[in-house]
Amino acid sequence: MDFNTLIAQFISGLSVAMLLFLVASGLTLIFGVLNVLNFAHGSFYLLGTYFTYQLMQMFDNFWVGLLVGVIGAGIVGMVIEVLFLRRIYGRDQEGAFQLLMTYAFILIIDDVVKFIWGPEYKTIPKPDALMGSLNIGTTVVPTYNVFIIVVGLLVVLFAWYFLTKTDKGKMVRASSLDRNMLGLLGTNVPMIMTLTFGVATAMGGLAGILAAPLRTVTPGAGVEVIIDSMIVVVIGGFGNFWGALLGALIIGEVLSFGILWMPELATVLTFIVMIIVLIVKPEGLLSKKMVGRK
Amino acid sequence: MKKLKDYLPWICYFVFFLGILLVNPGTHYIHLVARVIIFSLYAVAFNLLYGTTGLVSFGHALFYGIGAYITGMLVKATGPEYFLLFIVLGAAGAAFVSFFIGLLTLRLTGIYFTMLTLAFAQLAWGLTFKLYHFTGGDDGIQAIAKPAMLTGGVTKYYLFSFVVVAICMYILWRIRRSPFGSVLNCIRQNPQRITFLGLNVYKNQLKAFVISAFFAGVAGGLYAGLDGSIHPDMLHWPTSGNAILMATIGGMGTFFGPVIGAGILTGLEEIVGKYTEYWSFSIGVVVLIVVLLFPRGVLGIKRLAGNKNKEEKETEVVCNS
Repeated sequence: MDFNTLIAQFISGLSVAMLLFLVASGLTLIFGVLNVLNFAHGSFYLLGTYFTYQLMQMFDNFWVGLLVGVIGAGIVGMVIEVLFLRRIYGRDQEGAFQLLMTYAFILIIDDVVKFIWGPEYKTIPKPDALMGSLNIGTTVVPTYNVFIIVVGLLVVLFAWYFLTKTDKGKMVRASSLDRNMLGLLGTNVPMIMTLTFGVATAMGGLAGILAAPLRTVTPGAGVEVIIDSMIVVVIGGFGNFWGALLGALIIGEVLSFGILWMPELATVLTFIVMIIVLIVKPEGLLSKKMVGRK
Repeated sequence: MKKLKDYLPWICYFVFFLGILLVNPGTHYIHLVARVIIFSLYAVAFNLLYGTTGLVSFGHALFYGIGAYITGMLVKATGPEYFLLFIVLGAAGAAFVSFFIGLLTLRLTGIYFTMLTLAFAQLAWGLTFKLYHFTGGDDGIQAIAKPAMLTGGVTKYYLFSFVVVAICMYILWRIRRSPFGSVLNCIRQNPQRITFLGLNVYKNQLKAFVISAFFAGVAGGLYAGLDGSIHPDMLHWPTSGNAILMATIGGMGTFFGPVIGAGILTGLEEIVGKYTEYWSFSIGVVVLIVVLLFPRGVLGIKRLAGNKNKEEKETEVVCNS
């Protein structure tokens, strides 16, 4: 195995990692701010993809589709938060009910998608501008993969700026620390929660759209991605934004190099990583508090 | 009279499942109800952990699957003469594995416990796919024979499953009403108090975990005989999710709730599946309605408006004062 293959594999792993990060950071934001484990997050990934597919059928333009898909996924997310999730906050055994409700949304959304667009495979072509490949040193890398990495990095930068430098971002972080106190200080906490859910689901939709030209589009895609993203969130630590980034990088590279060296065990490897992390450091790699342990 | 009231659900249980045979609705439906019986054992066993002890395991498919695979592979290897023994061995295998998984997972709480159980089950699911020579990969194991006594006509196997499940259910029922069952109940409501009483939360949870896995394994073994084939999907996470669905829809605070949940889930799949392929949509809607309007499940409806029964009030007073 020569050096170029390694670099190419590494970059392909990075693009996988960025897609995972987009989904997982949404998951972890929702967990941090709303204290909900959104098991249905993969379904928003799916919705984004199919909205884009529909728009491309109508206008044949990837960028219009991307925009509408992202916004559409976010709007559906906000509607679900306001109409349904809001009703079970603070209930006894809330965790189990959240799991059930979001599981119900997987069943419902996936079936609705199947009903509207049919169960067969769909394809979304890469936009013309991002066809072809780039030379990085002596390694040839598809332009589209580089594009995904750049978009992922932009989201990371923007999120960092928003969460640490702006007042609104500070409110979001505050609501994950102490919801009641923030409410007493006069902030509209339910609004923050709804908007966070909307932004997070929109990011899930974005991931689905970006991934679509690389993978085939099927109604089962959301379920596949949710388990991987869940692993990422667990590894990084629930509610920990930077943990999601680290977790995504680890899982992305494990998947990418796993396929190279141990094709049989590639899918199993991610679970092994998760089990090791949960046993050694259950609160996640980047979380300091001793949560979740007895 | 109190005695009779306590046994009323049991009488309903026997009357319904044996009455079906008298009505004799045809092979297809008997097969269907046999599935309900087996799923109900799976769900009731799971509910010992979920509704009673308050541990949301998302990896119970693992134990269900182990029971099915061990039974299936033993029948394939040696023939079906000792079918019942193989089911017990399968359940014992599930209990054995669950002991070690329990040791690791029960160190964590809440969502971390849920995720770790999910990870172990998914790991096993991935391995059954890859260990093609051992488990048959994604083909699973086909044509699992039944002993001569149980072949011919689904009614025989129906009765066999019913008897096995009824015995297991009775054991689980006694466990839940035993002092150990009360300890589990209190672990859900107030684990600290259990520690104050000088009991070990971790050890008792581990016991519940192993018992629950054992009976889930029995259910898996029975299912292997019913359909005569097993496949890796039995270990996949939707199977674990189904256990949670059945227990919640039926009522996780009740013993017989999961049986009703199993009936509703299987029934919906059958009835809606007849007209359209979108039956999982209907299950999603039912779950949504249950979560929003009847969080105590179908059997818990009568207790909705704050009418907690006496036992529940007493434990609450004891646990929260």
